[in-house]
Amino acid sequence: MTLDFKARVRARGFDLTFGVKTGETIAVMGPNGAGKSTLLGLLAGLVHADQGHARLDDRTLFDATAGSRAWTQPHRRGVALLAQEALLFPHLSVLDNVAFGPRSTGASRQEARAVARQWLTEVDAAELGGRRPAALSGGQAQRVGVARALAADPSLLLLDEPLSALDIGAAPALRRLLKRVLADRTALLVTHDPLDALVLADRVLVIEGGRLVDDGPTREVFAHPRTAFVAGLAGMNLVTGVRSADGIEATDGWKVVAPFEAEVARGASSAIVVKPSLVRVSHLKPGRAEGNAVWQTILDVEPRGDSIRIRGDMLAADVTPAAAADLDLAPGDTAWFAFSADAGVGYAL
Amino acid sequence: MDQNRRMTRTRAHLAGVPRWVAVLAGVGAAFVLLPLVAIVSRVNWVDFVPLITSDSSVAALLLSLRTSLAATALCVVFGVPIAIVLARATFPGQRIARSLVLLPLVLPPVVGGIALLYTFGRRGLLSSTFQFLGIDIAFSTTAVILAQTFVAIPFLILSLEGAIRTAGARYEAVAATLGAAPTTVLRRVTLPLLLPALVSGAILSFARALGEFGATLTFAGSLQGTTRTLPLEIYLQLETDPDTAVALSLVLVAVAVFVVGLAYRNGSVPSGPSGADR
Repeated sequence: MTLDFKARVRARGFDLTFGVKTGETIAVMGPNGAGKSTLLGLLAGLVHADQGHARLDDRTLFDATAGSRAWTQPHRRGVALLAQEALLFPHLSVLDNVAFGPRSTGASRQEARAVARQWLTEVDAAELGGRRPAALSGGQAQRVGVARALAADPSLLLLDEPLSALDIGAAPALRRLLKRVLADRTALLVTHDPLDALVLADRVLVIEGGRLVDDGPTREVFAHPRTAFVAGLAGMNLVTGVRSADGIEATDGWKVVAPFEAEVARGASSAIVVKPSLVRVSHLKPGRAEGNAVWQTILDVEPRGDSIRIRGDMLAADVTPAAAADLDLAPGDTAWFAFSADAGVGYAL
Repeated sequence: MDQNRRMTRTRAHLAGVPRWVAVLAGVGAAFVLLPLVAIVSRVNWVDFVPLITSDSSVAALLLSLRTSLAATALCVVFGVPIAIVLARATFPGQRIARSLVLLPLVLPPVVGGIALLYTFGRRGLLSSTFQFLGIDIAFSTTAVILAQTFVAIPFLILSLEGAIRTAGARYEAVAATLGAAPTTVLRRVTLPLLLPALVSGAILSFARALGEFGATLTFAGSLQGTTRTLPLEIYLQLETDPDTAVALSLVLVAVAVFVVGLAYRNGSVPSGPSGADR
């Protein structure tokens, strides 16, 4: 275990425990205000924990358990942070920005610059060394930011939505770069984009309200969402309830029929996911043959790729533009949403 | 679009400023500028050079420049740490400390001089310390420098503290996670980023030190060559030789205008580099 983390910050309602293995890249996901920034701050040494302890390799980052009170200063932690914006030092050249880490930890100017050149080459930015940060595009700056963070030779790399401030055109190239440099590196990646999690991370931690709500291999977490937030990321409808004879009985009493992946005891809390493209919308009550149907209020209607997504308070449906025009639904209207008995997949929570 | 371009091309327009505001602004500006015109109009240009190169004038001018530079250096040495602590650290009584540090800004300089006299003077608070060290501060050039530092340091602190707050601590946080110890961060990140604000703050402090009169007279007295700075010399000459007083005043005005010009060219409105690109 490289990182062993347990911390509580009362003022922010934050209480989290997890571990990271050496070389593992973990995506941290959660709605805004879930505590992702607090987590990064605790690891980088910018936020203090009320309780808990964290060890990285054989170094104590902080220890606020009963009886002991240790805290390692940010610059001694071996934890580098790459934020949304590259935050390159505007008064230093690109090369000296990358050389900053080695230079600060005792390397001579020449050694530091040699390391910096190496890392600039690694991120395909060797030709930018002489430039000022102000003369870089967003994508170039973030590349240099990656090189600067890695040049510091961190035991743990923290990435705080590194792709979110980039143009759509620049993100794929940087994602490929990150995939390459994160391959055997211990890193925590905060992201809102399921694609980043799938491409870059081995594991996903889902945080909501300062607590861990899911933790597992990326594909597994998205295939079996446990919360509405993850289901939303995965683009799925999620209905939770308890196992009934042929499906689940949802929390509000709605009986949903769906096949289960594995045997789940009756009464155990379970979930069913169904793709929005398999949900149909109509003004007339569907017949029994239609399977599961629910009468709900429309929250919004928005184009999404080739189809139109109609979102209700429980289910969302993707319909063709022609069908959407025929239905003529607007937020606040009500309609029937239905999916067949074999459209969903059930699993235990 | 087109209309905007046409409007910027016209030479002067009020851009929505009510006319009466512009009129009041004009009156206010005249109130500030007219006295300068009055000084220039009263200058005896025939004897101008001899007047400002007399022994006492040159002595006063050189003393003023020397002491003001020394005071500016002291302002930087102590003002920068004060600004950093006020802007970044949190400690009990911070707001009170902040107001007190800026007190010299609103205190009548004479009162400042009296305060200094009762601190560093022969029977002052620290007199025994300085007597022990064999130093007598009051009525010496050192006293002039202390008086100037006392009144000028708030300018540096204000200018710098604002810039530090605007710049935020994000660059510093990144530098720390890259392995830089606090002193390294200060030297290689904070101070370089604050340089424009530091320079303009130092220039303003210098200007204030140069113009210092009340605290100097009270605390340091008026000995030619030792404590009689240019403002003191001007005040003294006004009684006996108004022509010299006016000529020296013009010199001081010229220096002040030059210094303020420098500060503004440097971007005296403190906006840290990150403040601009945010």
